[in-house]
Amino acid sequence: MLDVCGARAAEDLFSHLPTDVRLHRPLDLPPGQSEYSIAAQFREWAERMGNGFASFLGAGVYTHFRPVVVDTIVSRGEFLTSYTPYQAEISQGTLTAIFEFQSMICQLTGMDVANASMYDGSTAAPEAAMMAVRATGKSRVLAARSVHPEYREVLHTYARYQGLPVAEFGYDADTGLADLAELEAKLDGDTAAVLMQSPNFFGGIEDVRAVAELAHARGALLVFLFTEAVSLGLLRPPAEADIVAGELQSFAISPTYGGPFAGVIAAKEKFLRQMPGRLAGETRDAAGRRAFCLTLSTREQHIRREKATSNICTNQALVALMATVFMSLYGKQGLRELAGQNLAKAHYLAAKVPLRFRAPFFNEFVAQPRGKSPEAINARLLERKIIGGLPLGRFYPELDGCLLLCATEMARREQMDLLAEAFV
Amino acid sequence: MIDKVRSHPTQNEPLLFEISSPGKVGYQLPELDVPPVVPESALGARHVRTEIEGFPEVSEVEVIRHFTRLSSWNYAIDLGMYPLGSCTMKYNPRLNEMVARLEGLAWAHPYQPEALSQGALEIIAALEAALREVTGMDAVTLQPAAGAHGELTGILLVRALLESRGNPRKKVLVPDSAHGTNPATAAMVGYAVQPIGSGPDGRVDLAALARLVDEDTAALMVTNPNTLGVFENGILQAAEILHAKGALVYMDGANMNALVGIARPGDFGVDVMHLNLHKTFSTPHGGGGPGCGPVCVKQHLEPFLPTPRLRRHGEEWTWDYNRPHSIGRVRAFYGNFGVMVRALAYIMAHGGPGLRNATIDAVLNANYLRKRLEPYFDLPYQAPNMHEVVFSDARQAQKGIRTGDIAKRLIDYGFHPYTVSFPLIVHGAMMIEPTETESKQELDLFADALIAIAREVETHPELVKSAPHTTRTSRVDEVSAARKPVLRWRPAPPRQAAD
Repeated sequence: MLDVCGARAAEDLFSHLPTDVRLHRPLDLPPGQSEYSIAAQFREWAERMGNGFASFLGAGVYTHFRPVVVDTIVSRGEFLTSYTPYQAEISQGTLTAIFEFQSMICQLTGMDVANASMYDGSTAAPEAAMMAVRATGKSRVLAARSVHPEYREVLHTYARYQGLPVAEFGYDADTGLADLAELEAKLDGDTAAVLMQSPNFFGGIEDVRAVAELAHARGALLVFLFTEAVSLGLLRPPAEADIVAGELQSFAISPTYGGPFAGVIAAKEKFLRQMPGRLAGETRDAAGRRAFCLTLSTREQHIRREKATSNICTNQALVALMATVFMSLYGKQGLRELAGQNLAKAHYLAAKVPLRFRAPFFNEFVAQPRGKSPEAINARLLERKIIGGLPLGRFYPELDGCLLLCATEMARREQMDLLAEAFV
Repeated sequence: MIDKVRSHPTQNEPLLFEISSPGKVGYQLPELDVPPVVPESALGARHVRTEIEGFPEVSEVEVIRHFTRLSSWNYAIDLGMYPLGSCTMKYNPRLNEMVARLEGLAWAHPYQPEALSQGALEIIAALEAALREVTGMDAVTLQPAAGAHGELTGILLVRALLESRGNPRKKVLVPDSAHGTNPATAAMVGYAVQPIGSGPDGRVDLAALARLVDEDTAALMVTNPNTLGVFENGILQAAEILHAKGALVYMDGANMNALVGIARPGDFGVDVMHLNLHKTFSTPHGGGGPGCGPVCVKQHLEPFLPTPRLRRHGEEWTWDYNRPHSIGRVRAFYGNFGVMVRALAYIMAHGGPGLRNATIDAVLNANYLRKRLEPYFDLPYQAPNMHEVVFSDARQAQKGIRTGDIAKRLIDYGFHPYTVSFPLIVHGAMMIEPTETESKQELDLFADALIAIAREVETHPELVKSAPHTTRTSRVDEVSAARKPVLRWRPAPPRQAAD
């Protein structure tokens, strides 16, 4: 090969680089290791984690059972080691799966169209807000304080330099649900979007219709966010929303210390052209057979460059495929039954501890221990190999002393009993 | 005639919704060990849905067959060379998949106590350190979820630094050879995009750069090597021009596979850059994600990095949220940790010398293909290339055959096509990046295939024009897909009874 290239040594291929840009020493990294020793090192790291602990953490990342079939499918090299399906003729597998994903997301959310996925829920939220800004020609965004705090942080980062002022409205101190009076007072004719989440960060089920009515009355769009996708197995789809943005981690995507996950944006048909991200569409091949391809790419950065709807390039195809396989396995009946188990577990636990808010909830709720700090309770639980709830003072100073608890189908009765004992 | 492939039947498979029938399930749930709750009474009837209309009902074996059949319709690195230029489609070692699925890592909750997260934090710290060494930069954030997300983060950092100096400035310079994400990113951060032309050698025109850079310039976004696979030899001078006016150099690290162990952006004037762990560090592309787009900066940008930052506190690692100058979060939690695990495993397997050898092999493979293909295809830029080479269809276009046609014909020869029609500065571009993980045998089969196609263009142009011929799906009508978008399945309307 060197002969063909006219080089004596492979090093010669770099001789055209200016000397002063070259690195004149070896990289200061250890020599390569064997498969055996790398596996051993990672096992050692993995041991210094929460192995064997039961967990009642939720707050945007949920511990659900992952059917074995999911990994069987996503480990197939044809899915794992392919690229974005630009060449439709040899990418029909990925494209068909994306089309099915988009269809099922529409069925779940009650929206007309869904994209091929986003990085995650926290980045889908600001992208949805920007979509509303483009669609309405207005600039202001109002976000509920009961939206996941880290999602709101990402929203503020994205909005900062786009002439997109973000204001927040609070929650009712009694119910923990969005404060509709404050929302109404803060809504004005320049508001492009109202962002709400349900179940909200405190686990409460928001009144989507009421928020939608207020937003629409002032010409703003309703952006509905969700972090716990399993709730959609039982909860009425947010059909009054204009745009839905959410996180699919609950659909067989392991928590993995926070990622990779898959977000998604779905919307009413009329907002399709403002949608960021990839879209797969149905078409025909030269022989007239059904086929799929990426479509409407004139919205995207590789065609529109600085005029694109977003700089977004890839989606989260493999992770979205996990969610697709999950939805296929559970299906119409299973998702409802799974959601029902979550509902039952969380209500079993909630009956044993003092609650902070009075509102319907799905699998998460805020507890307010009496005479004990959340930290003291969590410390006691750790001794019993249980990771307790999330102390809320960190995100909501006014909720210092409260903790957010989540019970999924993975929570066992005896662990919940132990958890409740720690409150006493 | 074609050595690499022959046809075999693939299974047909309807959509999930079309194989669905009422009552079928593919799941089992454990016995409920608490009393059941009636949804309507717990949630209120108005919050409860009756059913998920249209949702599929299929069995486990149907799910396995469905997706296995779908998978057989995909091309993949595991099947052969995937020479998409600027995408760095290299082999994805399976050890990395195994370690990412270890229970302690895969099931770690981002809010679990730091005392129960030390293994993950050590992995993040080790990866940050390795990337600092590879790039020659001072600090790294692993929070961005993908390359374009890293770009957004990087330009936000530029803006934050300039604002702290009193003036965010107005424009970002982007070479005409750049990826589309670069101008789209600059626009998202509120900058006007000023394109810069490339010189006759395909490199950024330094004279034009010197004319364009002024006190309104925030940064130059430069890909190095650029999208022609050509190293920007004037990068030090370019950096001087920008720095003299108080502007910054942003490097798009999409092509870092050409530089690891050979040259470091931190040593040639770059202030901020992003990497793509799914390119250079071999984490699987997965049909388009997940990725991870770390941003590496020099010290003057460190205070602005996204919150939180990893810190050593005595014997333990901890997250530091007290970052008053930070641009804020760009993503919830800490980024795509599972991708970081895979990238670190890759770095550990190669070690310093191995990473450098990979770079050398990647550049050797691209140069070998250049030499083999140069007699048959037009090479618009003669400058030495690094890890990829860009031909044009100029010769074949005389017969009416374009780069897209040649690409489709490559499929019949058993290869995924190169990147078609990019970079935009090459009319009819054929952008080829073999990566280091292809053997000489595979490279020769690929070169032989392209040479055979060049001959077909002379003798049977219609054969190329109507390719592919051997795939289960023939050429797909992308125009009608966009004209009348069908983006979801809907049940067929009920059949009308015959009158």
